[in-house]
Amino acid sequence: MRLSTYNFLTSKAIKGVKVGFPLKLTIAKQDVVESEFNPTFIERLLPRLDWSGIRLAAEVAGLNDDIPAELPANVAENEELLKKLHHLLLEIDVLEGQLECPETGRVFPITDGIPNMLLNEDEV
Amino acid sequence: MARRPEHLAPPEIFYNDDEAKKYSTNTRIIEIQIEMAERAYELLTLNEDEQCLILDIGCGSGLSGSVLEDNEHIWVGVDISKSMLDIAVERDVAGDLVLTDMGDGMPFRPGTFDGAISISALQWLCNADKSTHNPHKRLYKFFSTLFSCLTRTARAVFQFYPENADQIEMVTSQAMKAGFYGGLVVDYPNSTKAKKYFLVLMTGGTTPMPKALGSEEEEKRINYIKKRDMCREARGKPMKKSREWILAKKERRRRQGRDTRPDTKYTGRKRSGKF
Ligand SMILES: C[S@@+](CC[C@H](N)C(=O)[O-])C[C@H]1O[C@@H](n2cnc3c(N)ncnc32)[C@H](O)[C@@H]1O
Repeated sequence: MRLSTYNFLTSKAIKGVKVGFPLKLTIAKQDVVESEFNPTFIERLLPRLDWSGIRLAAEVAGLNDDIPAELPANVAENEELLKKLHHLLLEIDVLEGQLECPETGRVFPITDGIPNMLLNEDEV
Repeated sequence: MARRPEHLAPPEIFYNDDEAKKYSTNTRIIEIQIEMAERAYELLTLNEDEQCLILDIGCGSGLSGSVLEDNEHIWVGVDISKSMLDIAVERDVAGDLVLTDMGDGMPFRPGTFDGAISISALQWLCNADKSTHNPHKRLYKFFSTLFSCLTRTARAVFQFYPENADQIEMVTSQAMKAGFYGGLVVDYPNSTKAKKYFLVLMTGGTTPMPKALGSEEEEKRINYIKKRDMCREARGKPMKKSREWILAKKERRRRQGRDTRPDTKYTGRKRSGKF
């Protein structure tokens, strides 16, 4: 699972959960899968991404120094930052770990890179 | 007529390891799924110059996703069957995979995806597999959370196998209730074999409904494809039906595991017309 996908996930499907993100991420095993850098794509994604979730992901993936505390205004001209975001969001591959609902503490395991978001009958 | 798989068992049971294996080995299945995904992709009418983020609902082993990859988009697939997703991992698909039940709602934040496709999955939601399941409610939950996780100019295209007119009515009315507009495109409506149902949903804008294949409106579509080929050529992509295009397409087919004739010096040559 890429960290962009992590950023988009929510546990809102659980009954009673209001927002459901950012989920608390734990990584037990990660890999890097290189992919072509497309600055326009990253720019288009940015408004949809949650910056606190990006910061959380950077911290957990060990790339804290790459990502500023706040999204700079002129990010389109900042190729260096776009490249770092590309690497963090599209090239880090989470293989094993877990996601935790920020409101209920419900844990969703990640195995073979696949987060298991299935809910029990009494949770929906 | 063979019984419908949705009547045999819930999807997470029906799509077990054995059934999942067919989706990576049976060339006939692969062929059909890819063809329908290509048509669904066409109905999405994405801006060809833009790399997009697409959701594949009931992505299975990633056959439909491979069509998105071929068009250089990034995709995320959701499916309820672990066995199907395991095959996708084995096939090393480029998309991200999430194990989830679409009837419980799409687990994504608002405005995430530029579009969605779904191939041969939606009919599964029309059944109640558990005593707590209510198909109307699950369809509504699905469509309303899908609506929310799409951008405001997105389309979602579903190829599905409705069992009867009531099911079509149930599915479309829940989609409209969730805020979508759009409707059904029936390709080759007069052929029992080739007939295919596509539910085309839109979140906004006022684009006209696409035309079905095999109906008299087809002429117009050909024009559109011609125009697209000209744009493609201008961007350095091989022209449709050219030798380069055919070779690239055959290479993709091989990667997808489909039957493909070997490349020869005759590949992509114009037939002379006489025999
Ligand atoms: C016929 S397969 C098609 C797979 C893939 N789209 C393709 O074209 O090869 C249908 C898929 O829908 C999935 N499915 C059925 N019900 C589902 C549900 N409630 N939630 C998520 N996926 C479901 C099944 O697990 C299966 O992988």
